[in-house]
Amino acid sequence: MANPILVLAEQLRGGLADITFEMLGAGRALAGAAGAPLYAVLLGREAAPLAPKLGRADKVFVADHPQLDLAPAGAIAAALKSVMDQVGAGLVLVGCTNVSSGIGSLLAAKTGLPLVNFCRGAKAEGGALVFTSQLFGGKILSDVKLADGRGIACIYPGAFPADAGKSEATPPVEKVDVPVEPPAVVFKKYLEPEAGDVDITKQSILVGVGRGIQTRDNVQLAEDLALALGGAVCASRPVIDQGWLPLSRQVGKSGMSVRPRVYLALGISGAPEHWEGMQNSRCIIAVNTDPKAPIFDGSHYGAVCDVLELLPVLTDKIKARKG
Amino acid sequence: MNLYVLLKMVPDTVEELNVAADGKSLDAEFLRFKLSDPDEYALEQALLLKEQHGGSVTVVALDAPEVDDVLFTALAKGADRAVKIPIAQAGLGTVAAARVLADFLGSAPFAPDTLVLPGSQAIDDLEGELAPFLAAALKLPYVGVVCGVTPANGRVTVIKEFAGGLRAEFDVTLPAVLGIQSAEKPPRYVPVAKVRAVMKSAQIETVDLPPPARPGQLEIERTYKPEAAGRAEMLEGSPDEVADKLVDVLAKISVI
Amino acid sequence: MNPVNVSIVGLPGALVLWLLAVVAFGVFAYRIRQLVGLLRQGRYEDRFDRPGKRLAHALKNVLLQPRIFNERAIGLPHFLIFWGFVLYATCFNWGLARGLFPFLPIPFPDEVRPVLLFLELFSVIVLIALVVALARRLFYPPPYLHLSMDANLILLFIGLLMLSTLFGSGFRIVAGQATASGWAPIGSRLAAAFASVPKETAASLATAMWWLHMTVVLAFLVYLPYSKHLHLLASPFNVFFSQSVTRPAGDLGVRGAKEDFTAGAARWQELTWKQLLGGFSCAECGRCDRSCPATTAGSPLQPQQMIHKIKEHMVHTGLAPKNGDHELKLIGDVLTEAEIWACTMCMSCMNRCAVWNEHVPLLVALRRHLVSQGLVQRTVQDMLGNLQRYGNSFGKSDRMRARWTQTAGLKIKDARKEAVEYLWFVGDYASYDPRCESITRTTAKVFAQAGLDFGLLYEAERNAGNDVRRVGEEGLFEMLRDKNQQALGKAQFKKIVTTDPHSYHTLKNEYPWNGNRPEVQHYTEVLHGLSQADKLPLKRKLAGRVTYHDPCYLGRYNGVYDAPREVLRALGLEVVEMPRNRERSFCCGAGGGRIWMEDTEKIQERPAENRIREAVALPGVPTFVVACPKDLAMFRDAVKTTGNEGKLVVKDLAELVAEAME
Repeated sequence: MANPILVLAEQLRGGLADITFEMLGAGRALAGAAGAPLYAVLLGREAAPLAPKLGRADKVFVADHPQLDLAPAGAIAAALKSVMDQVGAGLVLVGCTNVSSGIGSLLAAKTGLPLVNFCRGAKAEGGALVFTSQLFGGKILSDVKLADGRGIACIYPGAFPADAGKSEATPPVEKVDVPVEPPAVVFKKYLEPEAGDVDITKQSILVGVGRGIQTRDNVQLAEDLALALGGAVCASRPVIDQGWLPLSRQVGKSGMSVRPRVYLALGISGAPEHWEGMQNSRCIIAVNTDPKAPIFDGSHYGAVCDVLELLPVLTDKIKARKG
Repeated sequence: MNLYVLLKMVPDTVEELNVAADGKSLDAEFLRFKLSDPDEYALEQALLLKEQHGGSVTVVALDAPEVDDVLFTALAKGADRAVKIPIAQAGLGTVAAARVLADFLGSAPFAPDTLVLPGSQAIDDLEGELAPFLAAALKLPYVGVVCGVTPANGRVTVIKEFAGGLRAEFDVTLPAVLGIQSAEKPPRYVPVAKVRAVMKSAQIETVDLPPPARPGQLEIERTYKPEAAGRAEMLEGSPDEVADKLVDVLAKISVI
Repeated sequence: MNPVNVSIVGLPGALVLWLLAVVAFGVFAYRIRQLVGLLRQGRYEDRFDRPGKRLAHALKNVLLQPRIFNERAIGLPHFLIFWGFVLYATCFNWGLARGLFPFLPIPFPDEVRPVLLFLELFSVIVLIALVVALARRLFYPPPYLHLSMDANLILLFIGLLMLSTLFGSGFRIVAGQATASGWAPIGSRLAAAFASVPKETAASLATAMWWLHMTVVLAFLVYLPYSKHLHLLASPFNVFFSQSVTRPAGDLGVRGAKEDFTAGAARWQELTWKQLLGGFSCAECGRCDRSCPATTAGSPLQPQQMIHKIKEHMVHTGLAPKNGDHELKLIGDVLTEAEIWACTMCMSCMNRCAVWNEHVPLLVALRRHLVSQGLVQRTVQDMLGNLQRYGNSFGKSDRMRARWTQTAGLKIKDARKEAVEYLWFVGDYASYDPRCESITRTTAKVFAQAGLDFGLLYEAERNAGNDVRRVGEEGLFEMLRDKNQQALGKAQFKKIVTTDPHSYHTLKNEYPWNGNRPEVQHYTEVLHGLSQADKLPLKRKLAGRVTYHDPCYLGRYNGVYDAPREVLRALGLEVVEMPRNRERSFCCGAGGGRIWMEDTEKIQERPAENRIREAVALPGVPTFVVACPKDLAMFRDAVKTTGNEGKLVVKDLAELVAEAME
């Protein structure tokens, strides 16, 4: 039997993130191909009660030390290393997310194992594993082989279906002891997002704007369209950074994850950080002047044209159609 | 404060990226390099800290095309010292790069108020992010995705971004490595004339270090463009025609 | 009788006159010295080249005042006041000289009958004018007129002068020192009215009038350099030293600069002496404000106020600093950043200014300082970053610059590889803006069908640097300029043709070319040339009425007004002028880097919208013709935002030419 595969369950404020199930799904497939067991790891006192939800794993290892709640990446990596050593794991899957940032790299540094970042795909080839990494803002993919199947992979949210990682089964849970050092990084408090005027996660129609909107004034054009459609405007990071829209409208890695019925991506190139937040939209319509923009790769409909030219025309036509 | 900013050059994605004949690397002919975006913010954060709390800013980079311009620009913006390590960044994975930079940074004991500020991540971080590897090599505390740093009583309070607009404050002992995602202010503009003046008056220090034994941890099997993925159904025509077609699409999926 | 031969408070009149004159001229000279001292604190600028040409320019503009006449209501009155003042001042000095030097073998001016006639008639006209002016100020003040004490005081002075002249003449007749005649029409009538006054008393009154007159004029002399009427003294010099005599319009260089001017001005002392002299020369007539697109839009900039505020700031801090004055910052306290960024550099203020003030270079000097401190709007900063890196403001790869040619369906020569007659410098907007690309292709087809031998620099072309320079980023301008000159140096061509008037101006007037400047033409000029040579293969006549918008950098900056109009007429179109046409054309609001900026404060009406409303008011004109890619973008937007979509279509001139070729 091959070395076990570990999945670091990601949780925040007492809830499991989707990425956990996505990794369990991916891990299950790899484990099946390699004939290896799949284990999940839950760290922290807050996390411990979540173990029953991880039925897709063959076993869940729980280290419920309170100092592991909201612990810095260093402490998590040290605990994970300890679990790895205890179970003799060969592959570890960690979320490529803000919450888990740095854990994979620190673990790689501690173990000397290779790490594959930004993974969007994974498959087993004999004893080897091949991961597909999405590089350069989504413009290039590279396949990387871990010949002995040992290593660490950071998995992009949304790359694998979460459903494949869910199960009604109740997994066996085993408590483990891990070393906990006096922390050099201490959690102080959450800074809650400002209560937004509009909750974009609850909208069924979203008009997303990116760099292509060019100026603050032009955001109004998108507002007009959203009004005509009965939806709301959201944006990618550059627009939020400019201060043209409040933080509550940000879609992407650091912002909201949305899944509306239709997402109009206007002047958004489709960097992975943004894609992450809107990829689950039922229908994605992308408009960009650059025909090679990555956004077109995953959208349902696309048009190469200037959003500033399109917006007023489109708004008028929608108004006309609606009567 | 004693501030180190690590500057990394990455391919400019405004230019078209093509795969080289070997099917594994990028075609160097069309490649142009620019400073990694988060590193711009790391520099800005360092300059803000220096302005508000005193200290000095040292910018450090490995050798790469156009890196001298970036280092001089950093000096013009207010960095005090620019160091270039004449080891080519090209082909160097994160692990090896962290090793070299740790050799440089760790060559002397740190002053107690030292902050090492790499960008939180780079678009070509295939082997992982620099900041945690560096923290591990230097045995310093690490926080990533940082968007705010405030020093107080020999420690720093940092703000880390989570998802959904949620952020959290952490208290960090110094010295530390912080992966900077963004700064309290957008990166400042420095006029060309000032950069040119700095090019005449200032020097980039060169620090020779032994090259890493193993430049890359991973073997790339194949590199390709994602076009093969499900491309969108493209609506052609003038903006007017596109608008008509879009209205039809929206009607089809019964949004209007 | 000599009015000087009297005793005043026990002193001989001649002595009193001498004392008065010495004091008045002394104070006057002291003040002038102070003011010149202020100017000398400004930065050096060589405005002494071509003195002959400068003199001719000054004589024409001071003596004939063509620019005063550009506002009809005030043109003639000001002209008459000016000349009246000149003649009057001559008479006064003549009288003063005669009084001071009794041995001079000349009469007093009013003893010469034609002069007396002139003085009397002049006084009456001036008095009538005064009543009109007073009534206007009191009852119908125009909105732009600043009702100042300064102006009222001067009206009082002038009134006293005129009355003393007339009554002096009258009392002299009563006293028998002169005789009533047609040479003294008013004096004679006044004498008849006051005939009952005893002769002695009349003689004393006549003498008193003479002294009153002299005292008032001398007081005026003292007062003048302390008031806005300083423009009487300063403006002739201002006109003489005007940059436009020897340099292209709105030149942003500083000839003979002794310091690095590219870092700009943060204090008034860092402006050039000529820029400071502008403050003394301003008559506060408001021509600049009335034509300014920023002022009209309701943005915080008013060119006249700016000049005035800088002058006041300089005089206060330079001459009589109160506590705290020294801490006042030119940028921040005196002028706001928003004010400095509001300018579109359309040249309208400078073009209208009757004293040839130079607002635009001054604003650029202030912007240069802001840029040197990194105090630039985020969007502008992004643009400058893009220009540094990619050579265009769109942040696209330079390799994409000629992408529009791929669908143009014709092979366009690469001027770097083969010789062409015309090097087509396409410019950023025409190359990259999706709204302009198709027009660029149309222009290419027109050129090709007309048999023009032309080529491009392809990816070697960079933004010409017009906006960059006007934003105040001189170093980046130089970088772009050098790169362009390098690329142009390797290309083979005879002439340059540009799409963008901004590039046109900059290539033509702001590149050094090392003495080998090729002929630079705007595409409308090239089309005009082709049309005149009968080389435009026009297949049909277009019919209808169009109006044409003069781009600032083609019209006001370079005086190209007729070529585009001629082309339109050659197409069969009737050109209907908007009220503001040619040098009065109203800026679209995009120039000077404004196209990259956001309005930091709420404005009333964007300049482009104002302009579109002007065009829509023309009866039966459905087409608004532009000859600038930025105009196209600005005005198409404005047509939409003003809700004039069915009424007015914005078209590039090249599109119309292409239509006529179909």
